[in-house]
Amino acid sequence: MTNIISYDERIKNFDWSISEKELDYQPGNDINIGWYCSDRICKLGKADKPALIWEGSSGQEKRYTYNDLRLTSNGVGQFLRDLGIKPEDRVCLFMDKIPELYIGFLGVLKIGAIVQPLFSAFGDESLIVRLENAQTTAVITQRKHAPKVRKILDKMPYLKHIIIVDPDPAKPLGEREVAFDMDNAPKPENFVIFPTKAESPSVLHYTSGTTGQPKGVKHVHYSLISQYLTAKWVLDLQDSDIYWCTADPGWVTGTSYGIIGAFSNGVTQCVMDAGFSADNWYKFIEKHRITMWYSAPTAIRSLMKAGDEVIKKYDLSCLRHLASVGEPLNSEAVIWSEKVFGKAFLDTYWQTETGSIMISNYPGMKIKPGSMGKPFPGITATVIDADTFEPFGVPGKIGLIAIKPGWPSMMRTYWRNEETYKKKFKNGWYLPGDRSSIDPEGYFWFVGRDDDVINTGGHLVSPFEVESALLEHPAVAESAVVSKPDFVNMEVVKAFVTLKPGFEPSKDLDLEIMNFVRKKLSPLAMPQEIEFIETLPKTRSGKIMRRILHAKEWGEEIGDTSTLEND
Amino acid sequence: MEDMKEIIRTYVVNEYVEDDTEVSFDTPLISGGIVDSFSMVSLKRFLENKYKISIPDDKATPEAFDSVNKICALVNEFTK
Repeated sequence: MTNIISYDERIKNFDWSISEKELDYQPGNDINIGWYCSDRICKLGKADKPALIWEGSSGQEKRYTYNDLRLTSNGVGQFLRDLGIKPEDRVCLFMDKIPELYIGFLGVLKIGAIVQPLFSAFGDESLIVRLENAQTTAVITQRKHAPKVRKILDKMPYLKHIIIVDPDPAKPLGEREVAFDMDNAPKPENFVIFPTKAESPSVLHYTSGTTGQPKGVKHVHYSLISQYLTAKWVLDLQDSDIYWCTADPGWVTGTSYGIIGAFSNGVTQCVMDAGFSADNWYKFIEKHRITMWYSAPTAIRSLMKAGDEVIKKYDLSCLRHLASVGEPLNSEAVIWSEKVFGKAFLDTYWQTETGSIMISNYPGMKIKPGSMGKPFPGITATVIDADTFEPFGVPGKIGLIAIKPGWPSMMRTYWRNEETYKKKFKNGWYLPGDRSSIDPEGYFWFVGRDDDVINTGGHLVSPFEVESALLEHPAVAESAVVSKPDFVNMEVVKAFVTLKPGFEPSKDLDLEIMNFVRKKLSPLAMPQEIEFIETLPKTRSGKIMRRILHAKEWGEEIGDTSTLEND
Repeated sequence: MEDMKEIIRTYVVNEYVEDDTEVSFDTPLISGGIVDSFSMVSLKRFLENKYKISIPDDKATPEAFDSVNKICALVNEFTK
């Protein structure tokens, strides 16, 4: 029996109070995600149940029960409180997928502070714009990532504490640094959890747009209502499940479903902190007897690329339910997973701003490979005309995906950027920035982004950010960044570059520029290809016509070039 | 061969290691999280430039790039 039982029945008379009741929450009560993910599960009699089974890259393992989760996150909270961290201060988690990241997340929330998770592969430039915008008070990090924080310290007057979770005892700590050994820190039994309410801020995730700096998406504790129920109905998390969400909590999937959805449902989840290899992944599933696997199309296509033979070495019969998120899951991947695992990956659609799954395929519902599925119960989604912002009302037409605001995990604003936040709404609809069509049976079919943002491996990269970084390289005069198709990552970053006088295109310069961007921003933002050209296509007013370069990469019609400068 | 191993090891340490992690010729680079799949593209480009070879995409797998020793074996395949 699946949790959702029947999608068609669930959409009738749906109300979010279903989730509130299951969580024993009444409007006006305190609601703290940290408590719901640890203390409440213990109160339900599952204190000794394994909550987190963690495996590092060299095979080392750590296990935490729900009681450990409760006490250890209390310890994190106490440490931060003693340090002077106050409610609504921003505390950045800048770590690999280690236990301190998962438990630290709950500890920060327990004192009413705001968690700001950042992808640990970010370079110093990516780090500085996000910490500066959030005016972050503390960063919790590992010694391997601390040098990036130290590098920008002079520009961070708000940053009071750098908390190192694995300090080298042989080396002194640096300026503003403090050591914290989570596993051996005091674990208060009676910890006073800050009484956050539904609208108290919880998580600040940063996401990229076409122009401007990254935006801080502000979520609140009430998001739990959506995250708990979508995890239960879409991911079908059940008491006996061993769950593996492969996403990094530096990104929203890793927090909404790698922490909140998993722990609020009281399941046992496994985390692997190691790089990708097909063998390692299958070995991990077999060893831990994973039953529910939530992954991403990039990973699935990488597994496809590794071939079917490697699968035969492992017993993967434990898998009972698979789902995917991050970018559209192509029909070939769905069909392949059905062939090799005996189960199709169910595609789920949502984004940082929505906080939880919006459109999805559901256990028990007919799957149309390549389709995004249907709106989650309680979500009103449609496709609207890009000019009038009115719903089409007829199937098959391609338009903008539009969602009626009001679900619990909807972002509340962009941090210190209310103006951009307001622009996300048209005619009473929230616009995620994606295009699709709806077929006569109500299934959504993804078409693409409605802007220039690059979706690489499920992560959004701003062409503006990459272009800005490129211009800081001494050889680069001008740059234009677009996506190019890629089998594994769907899209990758491609840069067109003109050089300053005195510089000549060469393979070494190409590599030097790639590495320059990688270190400044992140490996995701590094152009996978750089094309040196004489001039960039521009309008007569001097604006770079990115769409011409994009069309060239995708083999599309170039369209109207009447405003092209040198046409 | 030893020269090549040391050149690649030094490049990996200089480009991809931010702290004092030691990298031997057998240290897992990809599965060990030292080089991620996106950064692998720049490592491949370095090898192609340095050894004047072209490594086909289907040979540039996470497994083939998982240690300095494995990378050397791959490079040797294309320099012979």
